[in-house]
Amino acid sequence: MKPPPFGYHGPATLGEALDVLAETGPGGKVLAGGQSLIPLLNMRLAAPAHIIDVNRVPGLDGIEARPSGVRVGALARHAAVERSPEAAAAQPLLRQALRLVAHPVIRNRGTVVGSLVHADPAAEMPAVLALLGGSVRLASRGGEREVPAAEFFTGPMESALRPGELAVSAFFPALPGRSGTAFHEVARRHGDYAVAGVAAAVTLDEDFRIAAARVACVSVGPVPVVVDVTAACGPRPAASADWAAVAGAVRDRIEPEGDIHATADYRRHLTGVLAARALRDAASAARGEES
Amino acid sequence: MNETRHHVTLTVNGVVREATVPGRRLLSDCLRHDLGLTGTHVGCEHGVCGACTVLLDGEPVRSCLTLAVTVDGHEITTVEGLARDGELSPVQRAFTECHALQCGFCTPGFLCTVTAFLRDNPAPTEEEALEAVAGNLCRCTGYQNILKAVHRAAELQAEEDR
Repeated sequence: MKPPPFGYHGPATLGEALDVLAETGPGGKVLAGGQSLIPLLNMRLAAPAHIIDVNRVPGLDGIEARPSGVRVGALARHAAVERSPEAAAAQPLLRQALRLVAHPVIRNRGTVVGSLVHADPAAEMPAVLALLGGSVRLASRGGEREVPAAEFFTGPMESALRPGELAVSAFFPALPGRSGTAFHEVARRHGDYAVAGVAAAVTLDEDFRIAAARVACVSVGPVPVVVDVTAACGPRPAASADWAAVAGAVRDRIEPEGDIHATADYRRHLTGVLAARALRDAASAARGEES
Repeated sequence: MNETRHHVTLTVNGVVREATVPGRRLLSDCLRHDLGLTGTHVGCEHGVCGACTVLLDGEPVRSCLTLAVTVDGHEITTVEGLARDGELSPVQRAFTECHALQCGFCTPGFLCTVTAFLRDNPAPTEEEALEAVAGNLCRCTGYQNILKAVHRAAELQAEEDR
């Protein structure tokens, strides 16, 4: 179908955008890439009174990669972040996850920050931000605030973003040395939303024993579910880790629901399998091996 | 409701075109209804089928997931703009040769997607070609001939460039 009628605003500066957002309040919805919002409009699942199209606002498409991490602007498209060698070097999980986001054509238009604000519990980027302990920067006419991932995702398709606020960027922290990451998921068809998916990060100590290990699971809760499995791994060398036992610890911590795509039990099983795979690959990457 | 209309100027297939549209006009509908370019097809209208794929500043995008007002001032290439001087492009010739279409409804989207893909990756592997067309649905061919056409188009392009 076609989108319902709305008032269209195309601000040319960040200040103008924040002014319109302040005026429209709860009736205002920001349009960036539109790859989630416009389907919702076309299917009449959303009918905002005002659309604030930020595509003309300069300075929002930055991808700043530093040793401390990667800051991604509100208009940085998935494809641009995926292709950035600097972003991949500073935080390899970004590219690993972005390759699983929808299809390349959707990634040409969709934005990383838009995926975060959309806060779909089946989506990859919220899991990445949650796993890394990143944050989202929200601007309004009153100023800016930086909200940590743990507080940003508040429910399915719900975030801490308040009316009048614009998510201007997100920060994905780098990991310490001897760290590795991986993202594995299972979808009915390539490019579909995942039935289950797991992002993993493993950090090794000087003796290449597991110092920290955690996973973020998608599609098994209202928000990305982060599970710290450091204790379950024990301070053992990564090569002798019992990943199957660690996967059991992950299975115990999630409460998936069943739907037409998969039963709750199948989701739980799948998440365990994917957790073992992702943790093993992350540990290999931490040792500097190709996974 | 009396909707506010917006003036948009698009360069479509190298020609400057203008339209006055409400904010909610999808690019797909702007091309088809306002500009009369019905080569771009609309299938699912929520981004799943890929039939409406066009090139926005050279990059393939879903025209049904893009507002016409958002792309005011930008360049659009539709299936009507792929042929040069009345001669089909290598991708179009390959689709014809390989019998990569039957009813043809999905074809404009495939042609635009594959045109941009082969520009960026002129000699794709089997897996890369598969990934490239994975976002476009075809209900007739079973995809095998479409994949053949992607590789044939790569050959034709390489021959032309020699």
